[in-house]
Amino acid sequence: MHEMSIAEGILQVLEEQAVSQSFEKVKAVWVEIGPLATIEADALTFCFDAVIRGSLAEGASLHIIKMPGKAFCLQCLDTVPVTQRYDSCPVCGSYHLQITQGEEMRMKELEVA
Amino acid sequence: MCTVCGCSEGEVKIEGHEGHAHGHSHDHTHIHGHSHDHSHAHGHHHHDHHHHDGHSHHHSHAHSHEDQHDHGGIESDGDNIHFGKGPAHAHVAGLSQSRMVQIEQDILGKNNQYAAQNRVRFEQQSLFVLNLVSSPGSGKTTLLTETINHIKDRYCVGVIEGDQQTANDADRIRETGVQAIQINTGKGCHLDAHMVGHAMENFSGMTGGVLFIENVGNLVCPASFDLGEAAKVSILSVTEGEDKPLKYPDMFHASELMILNKTDLLPYLDFDVEKCIEYAKRVNPEIRIIQLSAKSGEGMQEWLDWINTKRAAIIESRIHLLQQQVEQFKAIL
Repeated sequence: MHEMSIAEGILQVLEEQAVSQSFEKVKAVWVEIGPLATIEADALTFCFDAVIRGSLAEGASLHIIKMPGKAFCLQCLDTVPVTQRYDSCPVCGSYHLQITQGEEMRMKELEVA
Repeated sequence: MCTVCGCSEGEVKIEGHEGHAHGHSHDHTHIHGHSHDHSHAHGHHHHDHHHHDGHSHHHSHAHSHEDQHDHGGIESDGDNIHFGKGPAHAHVAGLSQSRMVQIEQDILGKNNQYAAQNRVRFEQQSLFVLNLVSSPGSGKTTLLTETINHIKDRYCVGVIEGDQQTANDADRIRETGVQAIQINTGKGCHLDAHMVGHAMENFSGMTGGVLFIENVGNLVCPASFDLGEAAKVSILSVTEGEDKPLKYPDMFHASELMILNKTDLLPYLDFDVEKCIEYAKRVNPEIRIIQLSAKSGEGMQEWLDWINTKRAAIIESRIHLLQQQVEQFKAIL
């Protein structure tokens, strides 16, 4: 349940941004979460709704942008799709993959007032 | 509330920080009910923006420039628009207009900042720091007490113990004669870099030593939280399933070394060592694996050698850096 900590982290970023970018209310938040990030989207949405109560983001909606996972196969020397940490290369079957996309855990955009 | 440990307000206890672990100031900002003047230089705010996964959101806003409503101090006179004529800091209902703010920020950025601070501190002290992660009951504390007994006469050793409750583990470590600080995370499921930074305040004279951070027994959450350590070491005991690296891939992916513990029990179990190693390598082809029994002593020397080599490398790189600095100073003398 570290999604609760992650949700708190998001709220903290919102509060800091509110000061630096001069806004008072957050209506929507877009976050990018890759399939290899250590976050469960449903759990994060649940926790986000809990932590924003009484904050500047009360009632805000959380939009999770799911990035497809990609890796560079050291055998094929090519980029291949992956969905899980232990996936093998769909072309050659090698496990020597370097993840290039899908570990994201980033806040992208806010709708504020 | 502590960095990202939202799950444990007021419940985190760090020994040496009795009373309240959060007596220091955080740079949290809280939004109060003041209002800002809003600028409305452009009449309507109506845009589409597209996301990577192909769906688009459409944001339109309730009022357009044609609406006859009070612009709260903003006056337009031909091409001149005045923003400063309304009462200062008065919020006019209906005036607040939505806008989009682009931010590119790592959600764990705050924890990572604290981790970077810890790392700088560790480097300055040439302190070799290991973050030990495993499920509960994998034999971390027994392995740790055995390890300490082997190395405590050669270098300074310290331990940070993370558990939800009790100081039992720190007490076991203290019996070996080294300094141990217990962090109780309360409801928290992991240690974060901020807690570790606080615990570090209790250690002194650790230069060139080894610090073990025994994380909360949990194969999920601690994978995401960098503490500033030199390496994560995951400990898997043979009484668990050999497919644990596949079931909890993030942790094994984040670890530099996996210790396969309690190998003295292998004759009594169906545990497939080769399979387990294969699974771990699938998740992390670079992972080093040591088979070890803290009880029989099998593999202990390999583990101690690994610590030795790693610790020496840290001190050597520190010496190299300091020598470079000395040369720079000589050159400007």
